[in-house]
Amino acid sequence: MNIGKQLKEGFITQNPVLVQLLGMCSTLAITTTISNGIGMGLSVTIILTLSNIFISLLRKIIPEQVRIACYIVVIAGFVTMVDLLLQAYFEDIAESLGVFIPLIVVNCIILGRAESFASKNKPLAAAVDGICQGLGYTAVLLVMSAIRELLGSGALMGTQIFPAGYSASMIAQPVGGFLTLGCLIALMQWAQRKVKGGK
Amino acid sequence: MQWTTLFDIALGAILVNNFILAQFLGICPFMGVSKKMDTSIGMGFAVIFVMGLASALCYPVNLLLDALGLNYMRTVAFILVIAALVQFVEMFLKKSIPTLYEALGVYLPLITTNCAVLGVVLLNVQNNYNFIESVVYGITGGAGFLLAIVLFSSIRERLEFSDPPRAFQGFPIALVTAGLMALCFMGFSGLQIPW
Repeated sequence: MNIGKQLKEGFITQNPVLVQLLGMCSTLAITTTISNGIGMGLSVTIILTLSNIFISLLRKIIPEQVRIACYIVVIAGFVTMVDLLLQAYFEDIAESLGVFIPLIVVNCIILGRAESFASKNKPLAAAVDGICQGLGYTAVLLVMSAIRELLGSGALMGTQIFPAGYSASMIAQPVGGFLTLGCLIALMQWAQRKVKGGK
Repeated sequence: MQWTTLFDIALGAILVNNFILAQFLGICPFMGVSKKMDTSIGMGFAVIFVMGLASALCYPVNLLLDALGLNYMRTVAFILVIAALVQFVEMFLKKSIPTLYEALGVYLPLITTNCAVLGVVLLNVQNNYNFIESVVYGITGGAGFLLAIVLFSSIRERLEFSDPPRAFQGFPIALVTAGLMALCFMGFSGLQIPW
């Protein structure tokens, strides 16, 4: 087990959003403000880690044929817990994320890691993988929401940087989500080719 | 009165609050299955079918959960209903319309994890829709998905022959295209029925 390698995979070489292209819906939808991005990123990280540990523990018990259904039930259980906790302690974040909190159940990142990693590895390795992938996802959300909040409403973390009249509110709209993510993935592809060299 | 409400819901689901381009529900299949026109049409109809059925089935399930005071089990219950439903549709298609089954291939099981399906049943509960309104919202939401994915795939077929900057090749240029489509659909946001 190599934590450094897994961390690098989560953030860069196997980044869930920019390289594996998973979890698009939530990435596009909730990155309008930084607080939303952090809230969503951390929720997913927690759920991903817990469900990875649990599925890894159960990997010898779950029958092959019904494994997807079993994974979904495990994930849905953790999502419900996080949903209730957010509603209890962080009411405003829960309100602005709305329907996208229960929709974490069908976030492809979590099911994808369950299928490709947790079901084949020991609990500790699965936990590390969950944290690394989750943080990679959070990092992308953070970058995207910072760009969109700054350009879309002229603010960062709610404090006004430049007058709202000068902002391009289009970036905070759905259009901006698609454009920002498109540019970020393009940047990633460009950087990957640079690192590989030449060609 | 009933009809105008239903029309309002339908108009909203297809154009104004399009599931993909305005609400970001169901992006994964939208990006994954839109490379060819025929598969995207198949996927669109499968989604309409499953979304309509899921809305109809989850309505009584929600009533039952309410009656038992088990509201917090909603997400778990809904996802199980949808998973069972998709399995059932898959078996049905395999038996009766094998050509469609083969065309949809791996995408059918993927509908289970399509956020548009879980999204529509959760939004039905959130908006307090009654049974008929729920079903209409489900079907027209699926129709909005079909509209968006068919338009998108026809653009993407042409993108194959275009020559974008190297870094933008493949996925990024598709995202930018989707962004421009979302921009077009923003034009519908002022749409209102006059009565």
